[in-house]
Amino acid sequence: MILDSKIPEGPLADKWEKHKFSVKLVNPANKRKYDIIVVGTGLAGASAAATFGELGYNVKAFCFQDSPRRAHSIAAQGGINAAKNYQNDGDSIFRLFYDTVKGGDYRAREANVYRLAQVSVNIIDQCVAQGVPFAREYGGLLANRSFGGAQVSRTFYARGQTGQQLLLGAYSALNRQIAYGKVKMYPRTEMLDLVMVDGKARGIVVRNLITGKIESHSAHAVVLATGGYGNVFFLSTNAMGSNATAAWRAYKKGALFANPCYTQIHPTCIPVSGEYQSKLTLMSESLRNDGRVWVPKTVEIAQRLRKGEITVNDIKEEDRDYYLERKYPAFGNLVPRDVASRNAKLVCDEGRGVGASGLAVYLDFADAIKRDGQPAIAAKYGNLFEMYAKITDENPYERPMRIYPAVHYTMGGLWVDYNLMTNIPGLYATGECNFSDHGANRLGASALMQGLADGYFVIPYTIGDYLANTPYDRVSTDHPAFKEAEAAVVEKNNRLLSINGTRTVDDFHKALGLLMWDYCGMARNAEGLQFAKQEIRKLRDEFWRDVKVTGVNEELNITLEKANRVADFLELGELMVDDALHRNESCGGHFREEYQTPENEALRDDENFAYVAAWEFTGVGNEPVLHKEELKFENVKLTQRSYK
Amino acid sequence: MAGSNPNAKPMDLTLKVWRQKDRNSAGSMVTYPVVGISPDMSFLEMLDVLNEDLLRKGEEPIAFDHDCREGICGMCSLFINGRAHGPESGTTTCQLHMRHFKHGDTITIEPWRAAAFPVHKDLVVDRSAFDRIQQAGGYISVNTGGVPDANAIPIAKSIADKAFDAATCIGCGACVAACKNASAMLFVSAKVSQLAMLPQGKTERKTRVENMVAQMDIEGFGACTNIGSCAAECPVGISLENIAILRREYISATATSENLV
Repeated sequence: MILDSKIPEGPLADKWEKHKFSVKLVNPANKRKYDIIVVGTGLAGASAAATFGELGYNVKAFCFQDSPRRAHSIAAQGGINAAKNYQNDGDSIFRLFYDTVKGGDYRAREANVYRLAQVSVNIIDQCVAQGVPFAREYGGLLANRSFGGAQVSRTFYARGQTGQQLLLGAYSALNRQIAYGKVKMYPRTEMLDLVMVDGKARGIVVRNLITGKIESHSAHAVVLATGGYGNVFFLSTNAMGSNATAAWRAYKKGALFANPCYTQIHPTCIPVSGEYQSKLTLMSESLRNDGRVWVPKTVEIAQRLRKGEITVNDIKEEDRDYYLERKYPAFGNLVPRDVASRNAKLVCDEGRGVGASGLAVYLDFADAIKRDGQPAIAAKYGNLFEMYAKITDENPYERPMRIYPAVHYTMGGLWVDYNLMTNIPGLYATGECNFSDHGANRLGASALMQGLADGYFVIPYTIGDYLANTPYDRVSTDHPAFKEAEAAVVEKNNRLLSINGTRTVDDFHKALGLLMWDYCGMARNAEGLQFAKQEIRKLRDEFWRDVKVTGVNEELNITLEKANRVADFLELGELMVDDALHRNESCGGHFREEYQTPENEALRDDENFAYVAAWEFTGVGNEPVLHKEELKFENVKLTQRSYK
Repeated sequence: MAGSNPNAKPMDLTLKVWRQKDRNSAGSMVTYPVVGISPDMSFLEMLDVLNEDLLRKGEEPIAFDHDCREGICGMCSLFINGRAHGPESGTTTCQLHMRHFKHGDTITIEPWRAAAFPVHKDLVVDRSAFDRIQQAGGYISVNTGGVPDANAIPIAKSIADKAFDAATCIGCGACVAACKNASAMLFVSAKVSQLAMLPQGKTERKTRVENMVAQMDIEGFGACTNIGSCAAECPVGISLENIAILRREYISATATSENLV
């Protein structure tokens, strides 16, 4: 198989304009002859579904939540980047492009990232026109703030709820098309298989989560906007329902899965407090502007602290190690996410972690409060301090916050070309579901940008190019391909329901999560990864022998829903390990302990690994086949990232 | 691993939970003892523990809606001890922690109760009426592309901030559950006032409020009698002032109606 990224020829800045002119168009009267399925209604899905509807296509949109407004894009806090240069501080499309490629540790596709930076400016215009209440200055113009990995202020925000406001904007556009009858919405409906006819994506099989009914839907093209797979780790900042099932089942039908080992571990999350923990909560990156990260200087002090013999305020200034400021004097507490996370792990591994579990570091605001006064700090971060107090029952104004890294975002995903089409004709992937724009590490405030760029401004053009060459004929859901896929879904559900073993789905999920966290998390090595691969296989076998799924298919069955998702995570986990094992270098969120500089920084191997690793399914338990897409860097120079 | 407060003692509780097989079956309260609950657990984690126990015994776990568990998606929806989202104000169920209960407590857990929110199963209700109200007019009619530059229309900070306050509604339905009339006025007013305040939303302000209120009535929500329980129980603090704005918008719109139907 040859991976054709279909990157247009010509200078970087002209590629998208040229491409938009060269793609075929579907005449307005003919658009109504085409049906498009969109799975997922977060930023990438809702924006695409609404825009397709506006253009005149017939759209069916699906989400597993009770309303499209609940998709997990809603939880994004900090903001959305755009190269508007409203602040006149030197920003430009090229600078946003450059920062994103560098932030991704040179493992993203230049042409895609440049297009992302280009359309970023349109996104802000669109959202304002929809009534999104972005933060504004007293003069009435839009406000900006700065974010990690950038030296300009290009982040637009709506307090700490930017994702919510952007998603409600896209949801309102979607609602308008639902009211017009151009989009038919299927909430509480989960995609369980992709249907292909003559080698092309022509529909999906879904389960109605209320009645359990298995149904097929046919279309001329299928768009997956189903988010990331961070919940492989069980504990993450993802929503409880976030899952990889749609993408994974597409992979099993032949779609390639790219860079699965690139996982973003966010440095500032509230630490795990007990075995019962169901999810982790992010504390915005912005806190590192004023908070100082530290742990006790010695293991001995840390031990006394953990035993409760002393309290944090007993530790003298000279016994505190502000390790980020010490190691990275230039960037201090504001180093990128991957660097901050890895260093927190290092000090905890040394035995200097704090909190009862020893798996936490302090984020201390005492100096900022002394300098600026409590009211100033409260005005900046009040809602975050409140959230922290609510969860931990501790007052962060009086004692430092305890934080620890947590799984937050997955840069890997379905392989797509420049048109966002997977290697399966007619199957597209947008937003976090694809792999294309963030390389090995995503910068803050770029996920919202990518989701909306893909949905509002990229796929509405590129899908027309495909449909223009597609006959109008509809495929009936009575077609044998649909019937076969339905039968397979029914068979799988029945199998899950009939095992009647002794261990719960969550039990397996937690065991998988621990394996992934210990061996394929913030730091990986070959030995650990090989061990994890064997353990995951054992766990998967045991799952299919001993899982307990109660109830029947023909009802709202939360256990069956989870079992289907965890069955897929148990396969995806192994692919992540395979990918991490094969990539003999460190880059961004992928840190292989064998490949580091003397200062413990990620050591890339551009000669051998400057490529996208796209994996092809060959059967569960079989080794997947690796396909490489070489990454060519014509506009940025590859350098070792340094934050010293 | 212990929690943030290693001295906090685990609690034993009695839960009385609404169980209902499906929309067409009758439901009833069922009593479950739970033991060893950590005060650092969230309310939903406490239910997770109970569900794992039920599963191991081969019983059906209790179905409840939840997703982000960060208080922003609006999916969780429990009526706890007679209050929407439980005893803490300004808190969704997922952000409610067990330290607000005492060892030996009996806790009653019910679904949202409203004719417009029929029960799907156990504690899961159908809130699609909210979506249909938004579809009736909760948007500004702009297509993708062809819009003016974002800074073309300055909006006073005070107005942008006020619109933002209304826009933070998470659509959970606590306002309806808390209201003795099961009225959806606070929910509808949040969107109506957000868009009526902003210059972008003014073009459609009359038809919007008329259509959204009409849909609200079709869905079977009750009338508003100015009690204010909705705002008191709203987990994100949507202000009662929005209902006043909605009334003003509605009266002015119907008096000079542009609706041709």
